[in-house]
Amino acid sequence: MSQIKFWQGNKAVAMGALAAGCRFFGGYPITPSTEIMEVMSEKLPELGGKFMQMEDEIAGIAAGIGASIAGEKAMTASSGPGISLKQELLGYAYMAEIPIVVVNVQRGGPSTGLPTKVSQADVMQAKWGTHGDHATIAYAPSSVQECYTTTIKSFNMAERFRQPVLVLSDEIIGHMREKIVIPDSETLEIIDRKKPKVSPADFIPYKADDDGVPPMAAFGDGYRWHVTGLTSDDWGFPTNKTEEIEKKANRIISKVERFREDIIEYKEDFMEDAEIVVVSYGSVSRSALRAIRVLREQGVKVGHFRPITLWPFPERQIAEISKKVKHIIVPELNAGQIVLEVERIACGKCEVHRKSLINGELYKPEEIMTFIKELA
Amino acid sequence: MPREDVKSFLRTKYLPHIWCPGCGHGIIMHAVLRAVTELKIPQEKLCISSGIGCSSRMPGYIDACTLHTAHGRSLAFATGVKMANPELTIVNVMGDGDATAIGGNHFIHACRRNIGIAAVIMNNNIYGMTGGQASPTTPEDTFATTALYGAIDPVFDICKLAIGAGATYVARSTVAQPMLCEQLLKKAIEHQKNGFSVVEIVSYCHTQFGRRNKRGKAFDNIKYLRDNSIMKAKADTMSAEELKGKMIIGEFLNINNAGEYTKRYDEVILRAKKA
Repeated sequence: MSQIKFWQGNKAVAMGALAAGCRFFGGYPITPSTEIMEVMSEKLPELGGKFMQMEDEIAGIAAGIGASIAGEKAMTASSGPGISLKQELLGYAYMAEIPIVVVNVQRGGPSTGLPTKVSQADVMQAKWGTHGDHATIAYAPSSVQECYTTTIKSFNMAERFRQPVLVLSDEIIGHMREKIVIPDSETLEIIDRKKPKVSPADFIPYKADDDGVPPMAAFGDGYRWHVTGLTSDDWGFPTNKTEEIEKKANRIISKVERFREDIIEYKEDFMEDAEIVVVSYGSVSRSALRAIRVLREQGVKVGHFRPITLWPFPERQIAEISKKVKHIIVPELNAGQIVLEVERIACGKCEVHRKSLINGELYKPEEIMTFIKELA
Repeated sequence: MPREDVKSFLRTKYLPHIWCPGCGHGIIMHAVLRAVTELKIPQEKLCISSGIGCSSRMPGYIDACTLHTAHGRSLAFATGVKMANPELTIVNVMGDGDATAIGGNHFIHACRRNIGIAAVIMNNNIYGMTGGQASPTTPEDTFATTALYGAIDPVFDICKLAIGAGATYVARSTVAQPMLCEQLLKKAIEHQKNGFSVVEIVSYCHTQFGRRNKRGKAFDNIKYLRDNSIMKAKADTMSAEELKGKMIIGEFLNINNAGEYTKRYDEVILRAKKA
């Protein structure tokens, strides 16, 4: 039976994680993401799971990675400076191929910035924040409902591809309360990591299946294996051989890129005959959609495209749109980040308009209506 | 040569190790392996974790569940492993810089929680892998590539730090006493059921520390450690003046009833389920 609740976005993230099977949380208090860890500290022990308030942000993700290596689905959550601190070990999880979900409830920055105000300025950090090449998967929920569903999907993708997956929430979405329909748990699609099918004696820990993803044992389940952040061979041991380095570097990217169409999610509204399209995500998309509804009633041919996965970015879809429309407007709560992707993909086929709001506030629908009217 | 049962714990395919000929770290690895062999810990239930540095390459050579983490972070990773599977025996090896500089915060908090992990700190007074920079245990007035005019930073006493932070088993040996190393490691590993244990094993780096400090040959260092270490029982009878420049070795603390963290967390689970 599905249930109707009135929840905060951060609570929905925590409850989505539990529904996905998360049984370990390591974290450190930071605004505006703290409610996630508070809910986890209450609910995890009820389910026999483990919650740990660690000594710092780095330890929060480290303990999560450790728990994942020992077989549990694990999560950490943070904001702003805390996410910056986690970057090193995000890289560890990409390299050692350890599933973990990392939630970033975005606030203003750089540095301590605006702890209680909204921002979308971590979008490029999500893609490139840790050093070294890797393939990023990041969801941007735009409602309390989506906080729940995208967190479940994040666990599914982390488990399927054996790597970190990011939930890029923001202060508005995280602290907003609204109606949410909790689906019957039996209707949820839950993905668990592939276990090795061979005996411990025949186990080659990083030998990938045809999908590019190696099955994963857990410490303590009978398999003996080595985990390292060094570039490693199929056995998981450090290598300096150029062909092995290249193989590993390519595989941790291609295992995701090959399946980008499976991962990419987006929502289109009023797109059929649109001549102007607003591309927006997260909290901004709520103002944008309101503006578009009002202008549609006035006969303006404007549509909305909302990426739910920011990474991988819906490139093919944006390319198609750019061929059909005159203008794409990209309003963001940053100095222009996703617009760089849109400009690159549109490649001059239509006009792309960069709109930035970096004063700690959310766009009002009227402001977005003004942008549209200027072009209509 | 190691005994056959000890040898069965080695990933011989990955030998020889990366340590310099004459390095003290091999003595510690051998003592760790003798301890886990004597304690009959199944390889599948043994996790050897480490950070970054020369000492932290040890897990790669041991045929168990091995976790080579990031610089300073090993105890935070190991905490997650232990919480997810308290049945695992965890031996977490670190260097002096790894444990007390970049990982100092994780170290004191692992002590404070009293979580069932045996921490082995291989203290060679230097950052060896990066070429001999001063660490928090580089003695004052000695030389390093980043202390060319003599170190002025006071050093950490790792055992006192561990006791102050709440570890419940604390001991020290040097690589000049391999049998003592083995005995202390056995007790520290067995102590996991009671909580967090720390064994500091004073090693040496003749390549990076020794050659800048008139101890360039491996044997000079073993001799130095032998001649300058004093068992705690004897040290207790000596004056501060007599103990100047000496290392006190042996067991400093062994508390069995403080409550191990994963067991205490089981109580949290019971409370939450009742609530």
